[in-house]
Amino acid sequence: MIAARKSRSSGNWWTVYGGPLVLGLLSIAGLLSALLSEGPGRYFSWLALGAPVALAVWFFVRRRRA
Amino acid sequence: MIPTLFLLLLCVTGLPLIFHHEIDELLGYDPKPEIAQPGAVKRSIDEIARTALANDPGRVLQYILWDKDEPNTVIAFTNNKVDGDPDAATLRAYDAHTAKPLGSVGGGPMLIFLKLHVDMFAGQPGKLFLGAMGFLFLVAIISGVVLYWPFTRRLSFGTLRDKSRRIAWFDWHNLLGAITIAWALVVGTTGVINTLAEVMLSQWKATELADMVKPYAGKPPPVHLASLDATLEKARKTAPDMNVSFVAFPGTPFTSSHHFAVFMRGHTPLTSRLLKPVLLDGETGEVSDARDLPVYLKALLVSQPLHFGDYGGMPLKIIWALLDVMTIVVIGSGLYLWIVKRRKHRSHAIAGQPLLQPSE
Repeated sequence: MIAARKSRSSGNWWTVYGGPLVLGLLSIAGLLSALLSEGPGRYFSWLALGAPVALAVWFFVRRRRA
Repeated sequence: MIPTLFLLLLCVTGLPLIFHHEIDELLGYDPKPEIAQPGAVKRSIDEIARTALANDPGRVLQYILWDKDEPNTVIAFTNNKVDGDPDAATLRAYDAHTAKPLGSVGGGPMLIFLKLHVDMFAGQPGKLFLGAMGFLFLVAIISGVVLYWPFTRRLSFGTLRDKSRRIAWFDWHNLLGAITIAWALVVGTTGVINTLAEVMLSQWKATELADMVKPYAGKPPPVHLASLDATLEKARKTAPDMNVSFVAFPGTPFTSSHHFAVFMRGHTPLTSRLLKPVLLDGETGEVSDARDLPVYLKALLVSQPLHFGDYGGMPLKIIWALLDVMTIVVIGSGLYLWIVKRRKHRSHAIAGQPLLQPSE
């Protein structure tokens, strides 16, 4: 019970930093993939680095609907 | 908060620079070779060098460069001295098959953006100053990560509230900052590394290059230069599975006073950035030495594409531009939030009330 209260009041490490961390690792993978491989690496980099842009648009659209 | 304004300058001038190749092409600052006749033979580089000198009388050749994506064009740099001011250099493109001049390369409006972005027309001090600003950008990002915890721990990721203008911008600042952080750190770090290029080059010249040309210490600059074609051929034999990126003439900043330095590149996106210098005697064209660049120069060369975003085709450039715009919003909203907070602070101080934490 104490743990549950604690996580509600102070947030939990994963809910705060999890999203940015996953996106950050994805971005770095994308930045490197295009450098290391010309074909598939390039396509992966477009997806990986496009993800933050797509996500920003998605959050924006969701906010409008809400 | 003055640094913030310089960061905005960097992001705003950087935006058109992402597409500088396309814009130069559109405005005619990126001359194209004529369509080569089938079976046409490329002219000798010596001939192109003579044409280049005839086109700019009274000047000397500094570098001859081959664009990776434009094999039918040869670009010649001329200047008033071999070690002349880089801003005084003239770049002209020549057709590899006909040796005809195709026009000057670079210049135009993009050069102004480039100068503003790199050194604000203030030379090396300007460059190092912007490097320091870039470093503060990295510090600001880290401090943003630390502040992210107390400010967003009760919000779910991606919350955008409409409560007030300040809170709306606050949420956008947090969201865009959080999702672009890795990209911003990489572009910031590689930008800072790039401002140290000259420092690294002088370090290489003082140590590695000095060591490579030791047997030639005290020799005067060559009187008659060796044939460029013969020199390039020997460089190719020394690094057989590589192509020539550019050749630096004796006395230019990239080599010794006595040697040609032929910088070779590989074929993949990564190895095409990792240049390998081959030093050749300026008079005989014989190979003197060839060594890989030290780690710090390799780091510089690999960091360049990661800063420019020019290594993954047009889609990557567009994504680069969008991420840059998002970073501009993060910096702009950060500046706005700071101004609002300061105004609040001031009015509180006047009223003699205790400071209230923003209610998030």
